[in-house]
Amino acid sequence: MPLPMDLTVGPNLFFWDAEAVRAFYEGLAATPVARVVLGEVVCSKRLPFWQDEIPRAVETLLEAGKEVAVTSLALVTLPRERRMTADLPGTGLPIEVNDLTALLHIPEGQPFWVGPLVNVYNEGTLRWLAARGATRVCLPPELPLASIRALARTGRDLGVAVEVWGHGRVPLAISGRCYHARLHDRPKDACLFVCGEDPDGRDVETLDGQPFLAVNGVQTLSQSTASMALQAGALAEAGVASLRLSPQSRDFADICAGYADLLAGSLPGEALARRLAPLAPGGRLSDGFVNGPSGAAWSGPHG
Amino acid sequence: MMELVCPAGTPAALRAAVQAGAHAVYCGFADETNARNFPGLNFSREEMAAGVAHAHANGAKVLVAINTFPRAGSEDLWHRAVADAESAGADAVILADLGLLAHAAEHHPRLRRHLSVQAAAANPDAINFYAEAFGVRRVVLPRVLTVEEIAAINRDIDVETEVFVFGGLCVMAEGRCSLSSYATGRSPNMNGVCSPASHVAYAEEGDELAARLGGFTIHRTPKGAPAPYPTLCKGAFVSGDQTGHVFEDPVSLDATRLIPALAKAGVSALKIEGRQRSRAYVAEVVRSFRAAVEAQAAGRPLPEATLAKLTEGQAATTGAYAKIWR
Repeated sequence: MPLPMDLTVGPNLFFWDAEAVRAFYEGLAATPVARVVLGEVVCSKRLPFWQDEIPRAVETLLEAGKEVAVTSLALVTLPRERRMTADLPGTGLPIEVNDLTALLHIPEGQPFWVGPLVNVYNEGTLRWLAARGATRVCLPPELPLASIRALARTGRDLGVAVEVWGHGRVPLAISGRCYHARLHDRPKDACLFVCGEDPDGRDVETLDGQPFLAVNGVQTLSQSTASMALQAGALAEAGVASLRLSPQSRDFADICAGYADLLAGSLPGEALARRLAPLAPGGRLSDGFVNGPSGAAWSGPHG
Repeated sequence: MMELVCPAGTPAALRAAVQAGAHAVYCGFADETNARNFPGLNFSREEMAAGVAHAHANGAKVLVAINTFPRAGSEDLWHRAVADAESAGADAVILADLGLLAHAAEHHPRLRRHLSVQAAAANPDAINFYAEAFGVRRVVLPRVLTVEEIAAINRDIDVETEVFVFGGLCVMAEGRCSLSSYATGRSPNMNGVCSPASHVAYAEEGDELAARLGGFTIHRTPKGAPAPYPTLCKGAFVSGDQTGHVFEDPVSLDATRLIPALAKAGVSALKIEGRQRSRAYVAEVVRSFRAAVEAQAAGRPLPEATLAKLTEGQAATTGAYAKIWR
């Protein structure tokens, strides 16, 4: 049975060179996703290396019939970052707010989207954001199904589309400190952009060799790739409007197609999960935030 | 003089802090509405009212932390906490959630609102947004900023700033971290706990003691050596050819020597972490810091000897306040 949800591609969290970015968005234009959020969300230092690709990608995606929005940075501290945030309305595109700093620059009444790095945990917050102009909200990945259900219901009453983290390594934390630079014994100001060596983040294991986390500059991610393959039915029933797919460096068009088949009802969740596991960096899936004992847990069979 | 804001996990710690010279104490109700929701800690409604009365009788303020993010479907619990803080006579509530700020501004307009560090407002635009939208009067700054950045922020805002100077140190932007719930299902934002003891297990393995959180090994220490509590971000991990404290060493924050610089940066209040600490610890730390802020206000040198005693034998850092930390 088809599921009444569509697919949203989130901003790329990693540092890829301009050619890789261009190839990625050219490939994405041909996938059956409804909308794409792009721009730099993690580190303002990376942006000059690929920002010229943004207008090109926007044009490609709009021509392919996708809705397109541009993200704000997740942590804004430097004057340069404040200027970047203030300049976002000038792009003429919808803004996805990933730090409330951006709200100061969005005129009252102008619609905007809210990304997963803004803390929307309850109906009061959702109502306040809707009154301020929010039309789409991607919920924080740590929310359990009961909260998702309550928020999706409120969102429907308010005319706000509620989205859930559908696929990708989960953003778990952001810091003033750059862990990539720290791992290379470099100060952040002389990082030499080492995060670019790890297009899906750098794996962090426990002392006992358990796969655990991944660092991406100032961001810490899960090492497992969250997947809603086995939760999509419950999420659709809860009233979720869209699944967010977070870019990874390989096989992303195939991943988008797989989720589209799942939503169309032509591919069972178990079959999609079997297809996704070997494509995930590190080979592990998780869905525990939604319906398990911890975020790292996976509701399906292992291996 | 800069205001000294001191932790009180229990009524006894509140009295100890007030007696030791706290200008203000901060505390929370005994439930998931506050970010130190630990067993045996925090205040009943009656204890809160008595604590406020005691503090006021001794010239100190009480700030009530209601700084977790209300659970969908259960916002009433958080709304009641704000109302009860006001009726207890609290001088301010410390809030992080947008919806709760909006509720407090609408229904409790005369109750002073501080923005919790959990809101991670890290620049003047974000702070001005909270001030304009919700009438926030003071912002507790996230621990991601340098002293120079704090000075720059204070030049561009009209509300007070409060900064952490001593105690536990988050290396991530507070209120924006789900590491704990990834490993255990319980998080600071949702449950008011980080790396909860309920999910910690120790195992003797050969000559080592392994400390695990939600089944993930956080560190291994030689048998008999002191083993730090397995706080996730202070653990030892492996990444490629590197083994060590990927995120942060097991250190605590000590910015006492930065007090003059923070005063010059326009900071209004200094905050000491540690609502989970004993009243003896609280009393000692508060006494030393009171002497330090008095010395600073009078233009005298800081009383180095008393301050040094506090961190003796412990590794300490000035954290993000010094740029090199990043």
